[in-house]
Amino acid sequence: MTANPSAGGGRVELALLLPRMPHPLLCPDASPGVAALAAGYAEARRRIAELKPDLIVIYSVAWHSILGHLLQGDPRPTWTHVDEEFHALGSIPYSFPVDVPFTEAVVAAAGRRGLHARTVNYRGFPIDTGTLVAKRLLDPEDALPAAIVSCNVYADRAETIVLGKAVGDAIVASGKRVVVVAVSNLTSRVFARPVPFDQDRVSSRQDDEWNHKLLELFAEGRLEDVSQLARSFAGQARADAKLKGVWWLAAVAGQHNGYRGDVLAYAGVQGAGCAIVALRPDATAAAQLEFDEDDVDVFRGDRGVLSGGPAPTAAAAPPAPAPVPASSKIAPAKPIPTTSRPAVAPPAPVAAAAPVSTQSIATQSIATAAISTETAPKPVGAYPHARRVGELLYLSGVGPRQPGTNAIPGGPIRDAEGRPLDYDIRAQTRAVIENVRRVLVASGSELSDVLDVTVFLVDMDRDFAGYNEVYNEVFGPIGATRTTLAIRALPTPIAVEFKVLAAARGPA
Amino acid sequence: MSAPPTAAPPGRIVAGVLAPHPPHLVYAENPPQNEPRAECGWEVLRWGYERLRRDYENKVFDVIVVHSPHWKTTQGTHVLAVPEFKGLSVDPIFPHLFRYTYDLRVDVALAEAILEEGRAAGLEMQAMRNPDFRVDYGAIISCHLSRPAWDLPIVVLSSNRAHFDFGNEVGEQLQVRLGEATRRAIEKTGRRALVLASNSLSHRHFTEEPAIPEDMSHEHIYHHGQYLWDMRVIGLMRAGKTRQLIAEMPDFIDGAISECKDGSLTWLLSALGFPEYPGELYGYGTVIGTGNAIVGWVPPVEAK
Repeated sequence: MTANPSAGGGRVELALLLPRMPHPLLCPDASPGVAALAAGYAEARRRIAELKPDLIVIYSVAWHSILGHLLQGDPRPTWTHVDEEFHALGSIPYSFPVDVPFTEAVVAAAGRRGLHARTVNYRGFPIDTGTLVAKRLLDPEDALPAAIVSCNVYADRAETIVLGKAVGDAIVASGKRVVVVAVSNLTSRVFARPVPFDQDRVSSRQDDEWNHKLLELFAEGRLEDVSQLARSFAGQARADAKLKGVWWLAAVAGQHNGYRGDVLAYAGVQGAGCAIVALRPDATAAAQLEFDEDDVDVFRGDRGVLSGGPAPTAAAAPPAPAPVPASSKIAPAKPIPTTSRPAVAPPAPVAAAAPVSTQSIATQSIATAAISTETAPKPVGAYPHARRVGELLYLSGVGPRQPGTNAIPGGPIRDAEGRPLDYDIRAQTRAVIENVRRVLVASGSELSDVLDVTVFLVDMDRDFAGYNEVYNEVFGPIGATRTTLAIRALPTPIAVEFKVLAAARGPA
Repeated sequence: MSAPPTAAPPGRIVAGVLAPHPPHLVYAENPPQNEPRAECGWEVLRWGYERLRRDYENKVFDVIVVHSPHWKTTQGTHVLAVPEFKGLSVDPIFPHLFRYTYDLRVDVALAEAILEEGRAAGLEMQAMRNPDFRVDYGAIISCHLSRPAWDLPIVVLSSNRAHFDFGNEVGEQLQVRLGEATRRAIEKTGRRALVLASNSLSHRHFTEEPAIPEDMSHEHIYHHGQYLWDMRVIGLMRAGKTRQLIAEMPDFIDGAISECKDGSLTWLLSALGFPEYPGELYGYGTVIGTGNAIVGWVPPVEAK
C-alpha cells in the first residue's frame, strides 16, 4: 500500500540527510571538516532556493518521544536553545513558522496507519539541536513553513517506516511541493573527551569504512538500499539511532532507488560521522532494489499495554482498548470455561447491562461481548451494533442513517410511496464509514483496525464508481480486504451498507 | 537558606536519597509553579515524598547536589556553574503534564570544587557556564519533590553516557569515581549536603497513556520481571547491602531496562561510601509502567 497518488498531487522534491551536531551553525570555521559541512549546508540551501518548495518536513532522531510520535503544533515556536553537550559553543535563538494544518494531517494519516501521534503546542517546548541547525542553515530567513516530527525511542523499523508513509500520505494529499529532512549522524561514536578541532576525525576506523559504504550508495541515489542495509550497518558500526532517520526518509520518499544522489559533505565532528546527502527523485535513475526487508503499511505492534500487562506475546494479554465513550454500552465479557488457568485480566468496565451470550469451547479462553452504542444509528432489528469474540469484532451491517434522526446523508433512494429519488452515493458512503468508525470507537477499536469489508450496493452500475472513490480515500491506506456485492434492496431506503470485521483491542 | 559554614563542622553528606523524577508526581500535586492541573494520582509515591520531607525538615542542609539522567553528556560529566537560573521547564516527553517555572540558585563554589576533584580523579569534567541553558526537568522535579521551598542552592551533575557507549561496567566505574570526587568536594567546601540520585528503577514505559493521565485504573508495572528486579534491588537497599547491589547493577540495568543505566544511583551510593546501614524505603510505585522507589540514607552519626 502506498499513498493515494490521486488525492492531491503533493510530492517530495528533495530529500536530505543532515547531521545533528551544532558546529556547522555555531562554529562553521572550527575545522576543515566542520567547514566542509557548512559548505554542504550552503549547497543544500541553494538547491532549496531553486526549487521554491512550499514546506520543509524535519524528522530528527534527537527529538525523543515515548508516547507514540509527537509533532510540533505551535504555529511559531520561539525560544533560545542551548545544546546540552556543546553549550560552550553558544546559544541558538529561534522563531519560525510551522504548518499546523499539514502537521494535523500527518497525525490523522498516522492514525489511519495504526500509529499513535499527536501535536504539541506549548510555549517553550524544547526543540532539539539538530532540527534547529537544519532549519537555520537551510532557511535562514525563516521563510519556509516547517513540520517537525519526533523519533519514538521504542520505535523500530516497522513503526518508523509506517510513520514515514503517514508523512508521505499527508504530503500527497496536501498538494504541496516538499523538502523532507532526516536529521541524523551516520555514526555517533563521539570522543569521550573533547579533541582539538585540528585533530578531529571519525573516531572509529570501522565506523568510517562503513560510512563510506553507505555514502557510495547514497551517491548512486540508492536510498532504499541504504534503508534496507541499516540493520547490517548498525551491527557493524555505531549507527546513530539505528539509522532510523534513513528508514523514515526512504519511507517518506517512496521506498525506491530512483534518485539522483549527491554527497555534499562528509566529516567527523568530535568523532561522530556526519554527512550531508541530497537526493532528488529522478525516474531515469531508477535502479532495482538489491535487498528485501519486509515492507509494512500499517503498524500493529507495541501498543495496548496499559491494561494488558506485559508486551503482547503469544501467551500474554492482547492490546488495551481505546477509551470507551460514556454513551457506549459494553456487556461484561464472559470468559468461556477453560481447562487451563483462568484469565486474570479484569473484565471491561460495565456501563449498562446488555445481552450476553456464552459459548462453551473447552480448550480455549475466548470471551464474547455484545456492544451497543448511542453514537451509531439505532438497529432496525434485535441485534447489537457489534459483538466481540476473542480478538475479533464482528459488526452488524452498517448503513448511512444518522444517529438520533435517521436522516440519510445524500438523500434516500425512494420516497415513502416507493418512487425512485436521485441521491448522492458519495455522501451515503461517507456516512456509512463514519458510522462504522463510531461503532469501532465504541468497541475500543479504530478504523485502522478493520480487516475485512463486505459492501452491499443496490445499484452496482450507477453507484460503484462513486462509492469506490470515497472508499479508497479512507480504506486505501488501511488495506482491509473487500468484497462488493449487488443486491436487490436494503431494509431502509439506502443505497449502500457495509459488513465489517475488525481486530479488537484490549482485554476481552 | 543556611549560610555556608566557614569552619567546623566539617562538610559532609547529611542525607542521600534515591529521588526519582516522574513529572506525573508534580502534575498530580498541583504546585503553583506547574501549569497543568490534575485531580489526583500516584498518591503512594507522593505520600512517600511527604514523609521524606517530614523526616528531613529538622536537618540542616546548605545545598542540594543532584545527579540527573535527563542531562545526558558524552564528553565527560558537566556541572552547572552559573549562579542563577530562571526559566520554564517543559518536559519533552510529557509536556501536557509538566510546564514548570523555576527560579533557582546554584552553589557555584561547590560546583567548581566538584569539577576540580573530578579532574584530579582523572575524569573529564566540564563547567556549564551558558546563562541561556535550560536546567533539565529531571533535576528540577527531584529537587522540587524533595525540597519544594527551593530555599537551598543546588548543584546539578550531568549523566555521562559511558554505560551506553562503552558498557555498563565502564559506566559504573566512572560513576563510582565521580561519587567519591563529589564527596571529597563536599567535605572540602564544608557543605552540609542533601544528595539526590534522580532516577527510577525499572524503566520500560508504556507507549500510550489513558485519556485522563491520572486514571489510576491503568497504572501498573509494565512487566512482572521488572517488578521482581525492583523488589530485589529494594531489598538490598533496605538490608544495607549496597556493595552487593553495585555488584549486581549491570545485570539489573539490562534485566529491568533500568534507569540506573544513567549512573545516578551508583554515584549516590559511592558518594555515601556504600552504606552498610539500611536505606529507608519511603515509597514504591509505578509511573506509566516504570518502577520508582524513594529511598533515603542518613548516616548513623546524623541520625542521632
